Amino acid sequence: MMFATNPFAELSASIPPAVMQTYVVIMIVLVAAGTLFDILHKGSAKYFFANWRKTKSKARQVDGGELVSIAVKTAVVDVLASGEFCNARRRVAHLLTMYGFLLYVISTVVMVFNYSTAPIWPQLWWIGGLMILLGGYWFWFFIRADVAAEGNSPLRVMHADLFVLSLLASVTLGLIWAWLQASASAWTSLFFGLYVIANTVLFASVPWSKFAHMFFKPAAAFEKRVSYANGTRSNLPAPADKPEQFGSARTPPQHY
Amino acid sequence: MPTFVYMTRCDGCGHCVDICPSDIMHIDKTYRRAYNIEPNMCWECYSCVKACPQNAIDVRGYADFAPLGHSVRALREEAKGTISWKLKFRDGREKNFESPIRTTPWGSIKGPAEYDAPRLEDFARQELAHEPEALKVSGGLPALRPEQLKRGVI
Repeated sequence: MMFATNPFAELSASIPPAVMQTYVVIMIVLVAAGTLFDILHKGSAKYFFANWRKTKSKARQVDGGELVSIAVKTAVVDVLASGEFCNARRRVAHLLTMYGFLLYVISTVVMVFNYSTAPIWPQLWWIGGLMILLGGYWFWFFIRADVAAEGNSPLRVMHADLFVLSLLASVTLGLIWAWLQASASAWTSLFFGLYVIANTVLFASVPWSKFAHMFFKPAAAFEKRVSYANGTRSNLPAPADKPEQFGSARTPPQHY
Repeated sequence: MPTFVYMTRCDGCGHCVDICPSDIMHIDKTYRRAYNIEPNMCWECYSCVKACPQNAIDVRGYADFAPLGHSVRALREEAKGTISWKLKFRDGREKNFESPIRTTPWGSIKGPAEYDAPRLEDFARQELAHEPEALKVSGGLPALRPEQLKRGVI
């Protein structure tokens, strides 16, 4: 029953729907503004287009049809299937978190703007949230490079953790709040307050976290594929003219 | 010049941390990307350059084969067992090399720990432990019998 109920519909008894909807719009604006600030501050767009022009002048021209095919490959392999990861565990954890985040955010927006939604939306919200928790905590405790390869404590926190930690805090607290609200607990308000704080940190910290990677990583993957198509391949040598015969020897880095 | 990492290409997988013989490739505390913590201790062995799955690490080649202003890039293709090199000199010349890195499948060579420990009598023999097996010489190495040995200069 809890999984089929819109948690925000019940909340509208104490918080006006307009307030919740305004909050969601503010979060969307914060993400857009934060991403733009990040692009300007780091000069990533400037670097991207300078690099693009540099390779274009030296390389063979890639025609429109080929560009469309590269864009489709980037979308399918690099974006939808997280093809950039060489480590299978990282890739699975990223896919869980990415698709979980999409389900979670879309269903949140749908449920906040339309309380009388079909039960599928709360169910998607729960499934998305649980996927984020599974992928996120797996990454946090076992896969992080500084834990897996550097041998640091899984509980050590650093600046790079701002995005993943605020995301995990937001989703963990959100799901706990929904569960407490469904069981009419006295702790509901406290956890709702913590959920709002974690959410605000997640979306307002875009300029300082790696939240914006979801926008610039596809651009970088596209540029990389174009550089392979036009022959510049970031100055790398062309693949050797030999048959593949030995399989892979890569093992997860666990030296420490 | 020591190694440096292109931050936009590195995905922080830790392969360079794992392979660096000087233990100077580490993960940055702010961005969780690899970086060289002690550039003046880097002997430019190219281990991390070859191991990086994203080709995100670069190093300036030794001056004897690549003078200032050049670029050296290496591509390791383990399935093909090859390392390819591309040198671009500042006068525009370009040289490409391709080297084999092995002729047997990965994992087919046993490490020392995978052999049995040498027995006491092995120490009295001419062969090193497991040597006949490794050299594929049936019946042991050809060796002189004690009576064939010269007993000193008369």
